[in-house]
Amino acid sequence: MDTATVDTRPSYLENGHSWQSWLLTKDHKRIAILYLITITLFFFIGGLFALLIRLELMTPAGDMVEAETYNKFFTMHGVAMVFFFLIPSIPAVLGNFLVPVMIGAKDLAFPRINLLSWYILVVGGLFTLGAVVMGGVDTGWTFYTPYSTAASNTHVIMTGLGVFISGFSSILTGLNFIVTIHKMRAPGMTWFRLPLFIWAHYATSIIQILGTPVVAIAVLLVALERTLHIGIFDPNLGGDPVLYQHLFWFYSHPAVYIMVLPGMGVISELIAAFARKAIFGYKFVAFSSLGIALVGFFVWGHHMFVSSQSVYAALIFSFLSYLVAIPSAIKTFNWTATLYKGSISYQSPMIYAFGFLGLFLVGGLTGLFLAALGLDVHVHDTYFVVAHFHYIMVGGSIMAYLGGMHYWWPKISGRMYPEGWAKFAALMVFVGFNLTFFPQFLLGYLGMPRRYHMYPEEWQVLNVLSTAGASILGVGYLIPMVYFTWSFVKGEKAPANPWGATGLEWTIPSPPPTENFTTTPIVTEEAYAYSNREMKVA
Amino acid sequence: MWFKNPFVPEQASEFASSVDTFYFFMVSVSAFFAILVVTLVAVFAIRYRRRHEHEAGTPVHGALALELTWTLIPLGIAMVMFFWGASIFFAMSKPPSNAMEIYVVGKRWMWKFQHMTGQREINELHVPVGQPVKLLVGSEDVIHSVYIPAFRVKMDAVPGRTTTLWFTPTKTGRYHLFCAEYCGQKHSGMRGTVVVLEPAEFQAWLAGGPATGSMADAGQKLFNDLACATCHRDDASGRGPSLKDVFGSTVTLAGGATVTADDAYLRESIVNPQAKIVEGYAPLMPTFQGLVTEEQLNQLIAYIKAQAGGTPGTAAPATGTPAPGAPAASGTQPSTE
Repeated sequence: MDTATVDTRPSYLENGHSWQSWLLTKDHKRIAILYLITITLFFFIGGLFALLIRLELMTPAGDMVEAETYNKFFTMHGVAMVFFFLIPSIPAVLGNFLVPVMIGAKDLAFPRINLLSWYILVVGGLFTLGAVVMGGVDTGWTFYTPYSTAASNTHVIMTGLGVFISGFSSILTGLNFIVTIHKMRAPGMTWFRLPLFIWAHYATSIIQILGTPVVAIAVLLVALERTLHIGIFDPNLGGDPVLYQHLFWFYSHPAVYIMVLPGMGVISELIAAFARKAIFGYKFVAFSSLGIALVGFFVWGHHMFVSSQSVYAALIFSFLSYLVAIPSAIKTFNWTATLYKGSISYQSPMIYAFGFLGLFLVGGLTGLFLAALGLDVHVHDTYFVVAHFHYIMVGGSIMAYLGGMHYWWPKISGRMYPEGWAKFAALMVFVGFNLTFFPQFLLGYLGMPRRYHMYPEEWQVLNVLSTAGASILGVGYLIPMVYFTWSFVKGEKAPANPWGATGLEWTIPSPPPTENFTTTPIVTEEAYAYSNREMKVA
Repeated sequence: MWFKNPFVPEQASEFASSVDTFYFFMVSVSAFFAILVVTLVAVFAIRYRRRHEHEAGTPVHGALALELTWTLIPLGIAMVMFFWGASIFFAMSKPPSNAMEIYVVGKRWMWKFQHMTGQREINELHVPVGQPVKLLVGSEDVIHSVYIPAFRVKMDAVPGRTTTLWFTPTKTGRYHLFCAEYCGQKHSGMRGTVVVLEPAEFQAWLAGGPATGSMADAGQKLFNDLACATCHRDDASGRGPSLKDVFGSTVTLAGGATVTADDAYLRESIVNPQAKIVEGYAPLMPTFQGLVTEEQLNQLIAYIKAQAGGTPGTAAPATGTPAPGAPAASGTQPSTE
């Protein structure tokens, strides 16, 4: 592209070096960097607690820390990872950076709201960190009543406020994306020419807007019940503790899709770019994102099969849970079919995409076990569930996040990273992940309940394997942090399009100038039109 | 099974084998699809690897037939899973009428059991092999969950409600009982043992415990001590309805609605009497919330059930006579173990 070579404007990274130029920026790309730093910090904190959990579980006796301390570890691991890493991760970093660029816009529709949403996340995060520093919270990330309202004497309200506040960040980001995708597409960028990354973020945004207020209300009610004893959840005051679970999971099941749908969008981009081929069944993949977002709102009761919910409600929730599995199957088959007759290269982003396929497959298939009523009774609240959702959220979402970070890193930073190290780290993550979480499926079926500080001795071998895997996984995550940081300063300069990929983001310089495009691009072809052009790397 | 699978817990109830058979089906189907997709990905990735730097893929447009195939076949398989799982769940939610009833109360951080014949146990539950057992589960504080992996059953203990689960033990032995719902500091210490005995041994065990009177006897004493009897008279002449034969009957409420008088109804009528008013009676009864413990509530309900005659699960012979002056119900009584 000619624009890439003659463009002499400063890149967004060069355009101002003062603190204000970062902290008061309205540039979606700089805000993405602010998010990147913030969520990486929370990933570290959440990861540290994960490490402590695994160290404790190396022995069955519960002899490393007190039970109460252990309970705080897993609570803070969950809160940090879910609300302050996974939910913002791909949308707030990659989405923020890429949604305007991919549709040919100069910025998001509401740049100031975009900056505000980052500040809100930071304030929410500070509340939660404050609760950790003051002594922590021990309710589990789920805040189940009446334990959270009537029994726990830890910092429930402060943590809950952190979650409540950060929810607004999520809502505002979703709102911004929806308006931007509707109103700011470049001429010729029709709905069915949008990259699938955009479809995935559109579906995610719908969930963020419709679901997040409900969890905000639920944690607010927990706070009110704790302070004013209003009697919503406490049976001694005429309340119903199971009502809380309905409110919580009405958001928190769809929230799983907030965490994984953007990852699916990333994978579609990676597979198309490294197979140099249009995604097979584009419309099926696009609409399956919307299908997941829609049906995903009606499956929350599958978290409550043994909660004394009615048998008939359980039946309907089980049925709908099987329906919501189908769009994920459709995506997986279409990604596989895309490889057929492709031109496949094994660069590190694609290695992550392969890893995602394998891990998401296991995570998705074991979801079918949990949707089955008679089987869920046995494995509910055991390590089987823990393994399942880590395969989705860590095996799926984080693999996609890392794959995306590697793919767009040259665009974001203007630098290349060491490819050999990247492949090595991807392998470490894949092996470490499986060794950590596969034994947990076995532990779960054997009956080991989750959130256990000590456990019967016969389960030690599998727990030690899991801890060993976690240490490999931890190193696998540290390596990219090191070489990305190194690359940001010293990496080889990246060309505009190092992969020979389609997509508007590869038509502008790396890193892009503040306004992204010199002139508004005019789109004349479908997404992933690989065969229409002569392949030119850089 | 012909060999001991180390990744499956002991099969000690009738549900265990049906759940495991379903589990193996699920594992097989999952393994098939996982291997299918991984093989295809691997074959394509090798067969279509990039050979020149400037090579692009060959365009292949979508194929509706393929899309329909990989939508409808998984949908069909998913429906098989749904119905199979639901059928096991239905069996789990319908206790047989001849099940032996045992009350369970979860309390941070212990399990308390009381047999209809009065024996109490803490963190240990004795049951006879081959006999359907129905647990009536309550909680004194937060949500707990009764989980017996060897039986493949689990049910939450929800404060303010009575939940039920049932099983038929098929093998004598000692099995783990866990609290599966996080309940605070010593959640992982809220463990117990289910001891499955031969019927004769179980009868001997029942006989060996100190006699404290059956649950219904304790409930009757409470019924008098709490002055329930002043209003609820047998001859329907009191200010409240007669409770004789009420259990299991259909009760007509003010306004014409009807309700079956089951465990949940009786519990609600004691702790929240204004919720459902029987037709023809004034809403006079005060709440007993906080005045009776979870276990006393169970005893009152057991007494009301016994008045309906022939309550299932009370068939085991009472051992001895109630000790004179024994406290009606409290956790201070000696347990049988």
